Amino acid sequence: MYRYDEFDEAFVRERVAQFAWQVKRRLDGSLTDDEFKPLRLKNGVYLQLHAYMLRIAIPYGTLSSRQLRQLALIGEKYDRGYGHFTTRQNLQFNWPKLRDIPEILGLLADVEMHAIQTSGNCIRNVTADQFAGVAADEIEDPRPVAELIRQWSTLHPEFDYLPRKFKIAVTGAPQDRAAIAAHDIGIGVVKNDAGAVGYRILVGGGLGRTPMIGKVVRDFLPKADLLAYLEAILRVYNLEGRRDNKYKARVKILVHEIGIDEFRARVEAEFAKLDGPTINADPEEVARIAAYFAPPAYEKLPPVSRAYEAMKAANPAFAAWAEINTFPHRQPGYAAVTISLKGIGEAPGDATSDQMCAVADLADQYSFSEIRVTHAQNLVLPNVKQADLFALWQKLGAAGIAEANVGLITDIISCPGLDYCALATARSIPIAQDLAKRFADLDQQRNIGPLNIKISGCINACGHHHVGHIGILGLEKRGAESYQITLGGDATENAAIGEIIGPGITAEEVPDAIERLVSVYLAERQAGETFIEAVRRLGLAPFKAAFTKEAADVAA
Amino acid sequence: MSLLDRNGVKAEIWSREAGATPRIVPFAELAEALSGNQPVGVEIANTVRLPELEPHFDRLALIAIIFPSFSDGRGFSIAKSLRNAGYRGTLRAVGPLIADQFAYALACGFDEVELPPDVASRQPVEIWLAAARAFRATYQTSHQTGGQSILEQRRAARGIQR
Repeated sequence: MYRYDEFDEAFVRERVAQFAWQVKRRLDGSLTDDEFKPLRLKNGVYLQLHAYMLRIAIPYGTLSSRQLRQLALIGEKYDRGYGHFTTRQNLQFNWPKLRDIPEILGLLADVEMHAIQTSGNCIRNVTADQFAGVAADEIEDPRPVAELIRQWSTLHPEFDYLPRKFKIAVTGAPQDRAAIAAHDIGIGVVKNDAGAVGYRILVGGGLGRTPMIGKVVRDFLPKADLLAYLEAILRVYNLEGRRDNKYKARVKILVHEIGIDEFRARVEAEFAKLDGPTINADPEEVARIAAYFAPPAYEKLPPVSRAYEAMKAANPAFAAWAEINTFPHRQPGYAAVTISLKGIGEAPGDATSDQMCAVADLADQYSFSEIRVTHAQNLVLPNVKQADLFALWQKLGAAGIAEANVGLITDIISCPGLDYCALATARSIPIAQDLAKRFADLDQQRNIGPLNIKISGCINACGHHHVGHIGILGLEKRGAESYQITLGGDATENAAIGEIIGPGITAEEVPDAIERLVSVYLAERQAGETFIEAVRRLGLAPFKAAFTKEAADVAA
Repeated sequence: MSLLDRNGVKAEIWSREAGATPRIVPFAELAEALSGNQPVGVEIANTVRLPELEPHFDRLALIAIIFPSFSDGRGFSIAKSLRNAGYRGTLRAVGPLIADQFAYALACGFDEVELPPDVASRQPVEIWLAAARAFRATYQTSHQTGGQSILEQRRAARGIQR
């Protein structure tokens, strides 16, 4: 993975000193609260319902064991012994004290980390496919370009006071595991007819109160032109994006209002005027960054480990976990392992400091000291020998993180909701917990198969409910929580926004309602058909009927 | 202090008063001002775009861009667009910017900042000069104030000439 050089190191140290100075100037009154607010947000410091929250950047979701141990230590020393992994592959601490934050930022800098631009109206932490560099279907590893974008977007003088936040995601594979169509800019690595590798650029995706799927602004961009093209997009947005209404300020609204063709024309006109070599990274710099992402020293192994097969045959619980939580690796004899942070009855995405230390140790022992964070709020050990999977599974079990539910109905994405968030209108975590308990039976989960439930506690949609196969949006109606259910959303290369299937229901009614929807699928599915495929084939009508029937039953 | 540049407090030589010389005129009066033979300064809202100014570059000694609030960053892109288009005159940022934006303003092509009195009194010039030096080097090759970006310094360290 990427390692800081002397320049990166000096830069994050200076950033810590700058923030400490900004805090001092806030306290002595030379900065007003309004002036200080964006400065703290751009260092990840967010004011929540009960306390400050610190959001730490995990660029493109890649962590070393040393970094994860440091996060565990910060959680232990400055928080309540846990942290929360987010849908943007970051980590949030929910209970730090403001006065401790400069010190925490210093501890992050010690391990080549920071909290820069994890909030505020600027270019946010860049996200990527959690299986970057190991996925068999990958055209090219997206991490080097994600790192290049991280550096280019860090404290960009022109783009630090944008109309609104700006999120960029990159995927190197045709199968989109980074939800690029739900980002302000989505970058997909593609190969053109001539066999050249370049980028397909989407713009104007986003969730929130006006969900939009990203549109193609450039079908094929030569790799070398990327930073200049991003500069052109950002300049058009910074100049023309709306600033009269914060809910209409994202680039998706600009793209929607002027149309993708007009937006493209403006970007291309700006891009044509730019002097590429003064903006883009030179090939040596690109190669310097890429070298950090060279594959680790894999052993030459047979494609299938006989020891692994024997262990699966002897132990059905292990076999189930291995089937559900591992992902095919491009290197023969290896697997990428997803560690579920969705234990039944736990808060989705939470990990205790002890669990973080356990994962760090396991990464050292089994995965070349590397960990990934997924946008579904789980962790990944990307490079595990098949022959080590059984021992790994046992140790995960001892740490309480061996839940075999990745991609299944209890692998729920949820925002923090009303338990933490000042914006929330309803609780999210307890809904996720109730649903997980309802569907806890593993045989039943496997029978239902892949199904993403995503829960947001307000219209800002941090829980990505719009792109959940089943989405749950918590609202407040006449002083009570009301949950709106959507169906048919999809965050992958088949990106789609879910549709509302009926009137809002109470928190208590949610598990029954979801079970009713699942029953329709189980009754109607064809051989091999997943939930989302069945929804696409059947349409919403049978699900609406079941949902409405339930609502009527409850009323009666 | 209400006017400063990268060296500190700067004496004001321009006036907005009618009949003064040299004078900064509102954008609405630009055509009239250009008909004379005095040096012309113009003050624009951040909704004025490059094509409205580009034909007059050689007559405009100063362009002042208004920041209605420090959080409205359009002025940064306008300045950069003017510099990219070849404008060589003085660029002034006008409005309640904060010291932490000074380095950004300079990197986008501004020469000077004109502050309202309340901001200037809370944030003395020493803070602005220190804030501009908060980072020894930054990443964006395209947005520098004379120094080398981190990418260029890495290239120099590798012994590669552009």
